[in-house]
Amino acid sequence: MVEQAFNGLVSGAFYALLALGLAVIFGMLGVVNFAHGAFYMLGAFGAFVLLDSFGIGFWAALLIVPVLLGLAGVVLERLFIRRLAALDPLYNFLLTFGLALILQDVVRSRYGVQSQQYGRPGLLDGSLNLGLFEYPAYQVFVLALSALVCGLVWLALTRTKVGMIVRASTEKPELTRALGIDVARWVTPVFGFGIALAGLAGVLAAPMRAINPLMGADLIIVVFAVVVIGGLGSVFGSVAAGFLIGLISALGNLYVPALSQTLVFILMAAVLLWRPAGLFGREEGLV
Amino acid sequence: MILRLLARRPVLLALALVVAFALPWLIYPPVAMDIAAWALFAVAVDLLLGYGGLLSFGHAAFWGTSAYTTGLIALHTGLPFPVAIVGGALAAAVLAVPIGYLSVRLSGIYFAMVTLAFAQMIYFIVNQWRDVTGGENGLQGIPRELFGLDLSDPFLFYYAGLPFVLVGLLVAWRIVRSPFGQVLMSIRDNPSRARALGYPVDRYRLLAFVLSAALAGLGGGVFAISHGFASLHDVYWTTSGQAVMMVVLGGIGTLWGAVLGAALIVSLNDYLATAGFEETGIITGLIFVVIVLLFRKGLWGTARDLTAARSGRHRPAAVPDPPSSASSSERLDQVAERSGR
Repeated sequence: MVEQAFNGLVSGAFYALLALGLAVIFGMLGVVNFAHGAFYMLGAFGAFVLLDSFGIGFWAALLIVPVLLGLAGVVLERLFIRRLAALDPLYNFLLTFGLALILQDVVRSRYGVQSQQYGRPGLLDGSLNLGLFEYPAYQVFVLALSALVCGLVWLALTRTKVGMIVRASTEKPELTRALGIDVARWVTPVFGFGIALAGLAGVLAAPMRAINPLMGADLIIVVFAVVVIGGLGSVFGSVAAGFLIGLISALGNLYVPALSQTLVFILMAAVLLWRPAGLFGREEGLV
Repeated sequence: MILRLLARRPVLLALALVVAFALPWLIYPPVAMDIAAWALFAVAVDLLLGYGGLLSFGHAAFWGTSAYTTGLIALHTGLPFPVAIVGGALAAAVLAVPIGYLSVRLSGIYFAMVTLAFAQMIYFIVNQWRDVTGGENGLQGIPRELFGLDLSDPFLFYYAGLPFVLVGLLVAWRIVRSPFGQVLMSIRDNPSRARALGYPVDRYRLLAFVLSAALAGLGGGVFAISHGFASLHDVYWTTSGQAVMMVVLGGIGTLWGAVLGAALIVSLNDYLATAGFEETGIITGLIFVVIVLLFRKGLWGTARDLTAARSGRHRPAAVPDPPSSASSSERLDQVAERSGR
């Protein structure tokens, strides 16, 4: 039971990292990035390729891959996303959908659909004694690192000047601009950062999940549900809902195995019925 | 001169009907049937997106649910296939009531995300409910029973399936031109104003959603009977995305464009499959990106603008107005007057 709860928190960690990236991008640009799952997939493949072709291990990949993908995100924003920024956000949703299809099938044409393997880093290969049960050290590391990253992002958003600018331009872009703050300057870095978070989640997933071209697409749809549950446009809500949904799904799986995959969507339906803006969202901005 | 003639609706309609009936003579008949079924699916999505302003990214749920229901009815009851198809479309409409009720509470991009999520839920349910749906194997050997008539020839079946599609397209066309359609468009353009005039916005959206789901279901039923099987692919998110792509390629809010988009994408997929090219996502994804970046009006929208510019006059009033041309408030006031508000 406690072990199952831990498993739930670990999958929640992935939801949280992905939802966090989606939420900061959405907050700053008003774009729902469908390709987020594809970048998560590229993160896992990035780690795999670095090891396979260049002999670069997990710890270096943990740094290199998110940076590279973040840069790719910057290019993407400059070349494409920006052109559609002034239009209905649906267009950027469609654009990133097309992009996700391309990335997914480009990887598939190179590696096929069967899953690739990636070993755990040596340092974390064992298991930890957590008092009640033995738990793989790597999973504990994933949980700790993603909690740390989410916490740091939260601190950066609330305590630093950059964070203040980002939050202000998220809530009232025109007013922020009128106060003489260059909002546009922060759009590209924030987009790149969100993509880097997806890449980080992908590298973390490499040693414990099956690495294949489709790994991101199915996950991102669940993360969409998580974001809707957490609260539209709420950074805190997305992260909290990520861990919460991971936990609830795992426990639900224990008691009602038949619902393991559908539970998150049932929760989403319940939240829509009870609080359409989500658990931590605000009603304004709806409709 | 020819262009202006083509832009007249009776001419266009007659031409489209000729093409629809001649299609299995021109191309491989099963592909012709696919085009017809997908055209109805795309028109259903366009009804919601182009006229209701709601992008459903989960319409595979309705297309697929109908495909499975149609298949189950045909397999287990031995009823004639038209009954099975109508049953499938009804099942899609029934499913759309709860999903629509929850989804229309949100709009814009959130509506797209929520419909996508619900469709994924349906996908998981279909996948898990093996006893009924056959899981990963899907439903196979769906019969084409019609009072003992032999419709195994795809050429003949095309003419048995086409009427369902034509009726569906006619219904969509009627909806768009009805007072209901006018209110729907005004809600799309200005929801607050529509609400202020006393229209129950969410109920209009829900009805549009259910109607659109039923039409998508009609297409899905024809598709399932035509192929003789229903598979998980029918309820997968890529199927929803493909229908949206047909609409965007053809031109949002034109109905004709959706049909054109369906014809092009189905032909393209058929060509790629014949050529043995498996990574179709690269091609379809590229089309998506190019269309969204460069031709947001789609093929039909662009062509219509060109002919309108050449003839120098505006088109006959019966052709649907693009979102910007007629003021939404004018339209609302007219409808409001007519219904005595």
